[in-house]
Amino acid sequence: MSTLKVLARACGQEQVSAGTDKDAVDGVRPSYVATPRDADAVAAVMAVADDENLRVVARGAGSKLSWGNPPTNVDLVLDLSGLDAVLEHAAGDLIVRVQPGVRLAQLQDALAPAGQRVAIDEVVPGSTVGGIIATGLSGPSRLLHGAVRDLLIGVSVVRANGVAARSGGRVVKNVAGYDLCKIYTGSYGTLGIITEAIFRLHPIPAATAYIAVSAPDEETAGAKVAAVLASQVTPTAIEVDRPSPDSQMTVCVLVEGFGPGVTARAARVEALLGRDAVVSTHRPPWWGLLPTAATTIRMTCQPSGVTAVARAVARGGAAVHASVRGSAGTGVLYAGIAAEADPAEVARLLAEVRGVCAAEGGSAVLLDAPAPVKALVDVWGPIPAITLMRKVKQSFDPQRRLSPGRFVGGI
Amino acid sequence: MLDEVISDLRAQLGSEAVITDRQERRTYECDGLSQFRSIPAVVVLADSTASVAKAVAVCASAGVPFVARGSGTGLSGGALPHADGVLIVMSQMRTIHEVDLVNQRAVVDPGVINLQVTREAAPGGFYYAPDPSSQQICSIGGNVAENSGGAHCLKYGFTTNHVTGVQVVTPDGELVDLGGGKSVDPPGYDLMGVFVGSEGTLGIATQVTVRLLRAPQAVTTLLAGFASTDTAGAAVSAIIATGIIPAAIEMMDALAIEAAEAAVNCGYPAGAGAVLIVELDGPVEEVDHLTPIVQDLCRAHGATEIRIAQDDQERALIWKGRKSAFAAVGRISPDYIVQDGVIPRTALPQVLRAIGELSRASGVRVANVFHAGDGNLHPLVLFDDAIEGAGERAEGVSGAILELCVSHGGSITGEHGVGSDKSKYMLKMFTDDDLDTMQLVRDAFDPANLSNPGKVFPTPRLCGERPGRRKGTHPLQQAGIAEIF
Repeated sequence: MSTLKVLARACGQEQVSAGTDKDAVDGVRPSYVATPRDADAVAAVMAVADDENLRVVARGAGSKLSWGNPPTNVDLVLDLSGLDAVLEHAAGDLIVRVQPGVRLAQLQDALAPAGQRVAIDEVVPGSTVGGIIATGLSGPSRLLHGAVRDLLIGVSVVRANGVAARSGGRVVKNVAGYDLCKIYTGSYGTLGIITEAIFRLHPIPAATAYIAVSAPDEETAGAKVAAVLASQVTPTAIEVDRPSPDSQMTVCVLVEGFGPGVTARAARVEALLGRDAVVSTHRPPWWGLLPTAATTIRMTCQPSGVTAVARAVARGGAAVHASVRGSAGTGVLYAGIAAEADPAEVARLLAEVRGVCAAEGGSAVLLDAPAPVKALVDVWGPIPAITLMRKVKQSFDPQRRLSPGRFVGGI
Repeated sequence: MLDEVISDLRAQLGSEAVITDRQERRTYECDGLSQFRSIPAVVVLADSTASVAKAVAVCASAGVPFVARGSGTGLSGGALPHADGVLIVMSQMRTIHEVDLVNQRAVVDPGVINLQVTREAAPGGFYYAPDPSSQQICSIGGNVAENSGGAHCLKYGFTTNHVTGVQVVTPDGELVDLGGGKSVDPPGYDLMGVFVGSEGTLGIATQVTVRLLRAPQAVTTLLAGFASTDTAGAAVSAIIATGIIPAAIEMMDALAIEAAEAAVNCGYPAGAGAVLIVELDGPVEEVDHLTPIVQDLCRAHGATEIRIAQDDQERALIWKGRKSAFAAVGRISPDYIVQDGVIPRTALPQVLRAIGELSRASGVRVANVFHAGDGNLHPLVLFDDAIEGAGERAEGVSGAILELCVSHGGSITGEHGVGSDKSKYMLKMFTDDDLDTMQLVRDAFDPANLSNPGKVFPTPRLCGERPGRRKGTHPLQQAGIAEIF
């Protein structure tokens, strides 16, 4: 029987098709696309993949499929957009159980009538829950509420061999067994296919205020960030934005809570940021989004290193007009570079910021870039615990069936 | 074989670091769960990362199991020694290497006491959030192993949310840095995330980087008396439904209140069927705004008396009754079992009724003390071991409570860990495939199964382990060193 027929038997005739150019994963075209309707069908498809020795890449909205390295090969794209149900919202317990194909915006809409939200920012518009978990992509509010890893309390996966397994649960406080939520979060689909996720929720705040100020240089911006971090105003987020190396840097602080408290706290932040600070209830248009650019570098550092990292982007990235934006309060910045930039210049900038980030206790990853740039560089950079990570991959997926080559060290 | 290991350990670490005398080894035969006892074959007192690495390497090459032990306060037998193995005692590693307030991190040895981190950071206005009630004595390394919680994890999370870097000696004796340290999201698998809470089965933490939080500007501690746990539970639900996440919400039932009054004279509302402790913290404007709202909600749900601590002394008194609750039941019962289960908060009334029915049907008294905000129950199952069969009946009720938790979609442990005590319940919560998948991580870290074998996952009993009775008070409590809750 042909592979397409076996796949059709696993998840339905209408749910399988031949791969097209549109299905290419970072330039690598798959032979087949399967769109299972439920978790059982995902398991059945993975069992077929195991029998037929297919390489598999999971896809949600497809908004971040070009991140990391291109896969070494792809036989099957496993499209999870059909698993798009919010399965259970227990408002009194502040938890929600969802399928991976649910878009974050759709999930927030479902939670809002109960006055709740999952405290994850939509950093890439259109992202699905599964894609956000797979890339571990957290936004501004992680400063207060934690990252995706901290909010995911239960997960179901199908492993490379088709076996379905669960970790965690539907209560926030739970220390029974290994917390595999952590290991799947940010694993780029290399350990298993997520079929269900349970998140802890937070109330939607009654009031919010954004307090913004312009800073002429990185040192001034860094000092303002540090002043707010050291204060007791409990900010939800501290963000910075600079659209180009020669523009001013904006520092913007988000304060959330109950009405009178927010007004008073916003005034305190205003005083910390300086005379020109402006308080608004409207979020800036750039808030929480990656720079709009063909090439994105994610840079992490200790919070006090934000000044040095931003400066490195401005100086090293002058030739390619690199923008910088991100969560200064947690030490996560993104550099954005336009498509027409010279790949060699981008590679040079990456090397330079990688050095500065390392000196500041962090790292730099080339998240996304045109193929000529990726070809020139080590996308992920040095990984201290790579030997142990390879052992984990070997243990979960000895055939290298899942997203081969995309992740660190060619995992 | 063991003789060779002992001489290797002595050669590598010096004779004074290796204990073989039976009486001395016996000091380490149990942790805070004293009914599980096993005398380790050898004890090693580690004083540095290098000595841990050497000790583990000796064990790895000889194929001898090893168990790490911090302060020995664990309540699930996670640090129960292996009778044929090496117990590596970490409590001499007590250096706080760095307190970096600008980057809000501390870098500490695993033997450092939890509360000591806050003491170091407090002068600068910072603190370490996870606060297990044994925090005066429990170690950061033990907290990492158990993913310890505390009363304030409703708002602030658990150890796993506050550890940002761990230096680990892997079960083959290699040294590896996991996590980002002072930065977040290092590229690669979040192995730190799975290491935290792995109960010593993936290696030994030799240095830990933790997040420090800015101390809240204001704190309100409120005590409210209710006629029953049902009305108190309804008040909890109303607070959460209003969109308020207090720092802590604790509840005690009538029997627990009676015990606490007898023990520490905490002055809780007389005749109350339940009390709630609600703590609000944060910017002063927020706390000032929320305090009357919480008061009104408590009153609307039938609070008979509400008291707000006016100063730190009054706050301490309110907490004293709660924190002494476990030890206090010693006043009303010669022996007791401390259970640790979790339920979805909304199932609280049903589960408490079911526990009441279990208690009536079996004639075994149960005092209820719990972290009501996150559904973490600590039922205290009371018995008198002098009475024939009482221990078995208590064990039966205790086990049935865990089954109640699981059947309501909860967990068999919220913060005490699985350890030696609850591995037999893991299959009630997880399938074989679930546990096999967890085992894949174990296979990657510890293919020879040498690091704390026999814990967490269901296995046949260890040969040196002998069952014993739960004898009332925790040894550390008896010695006046620690409170447990």
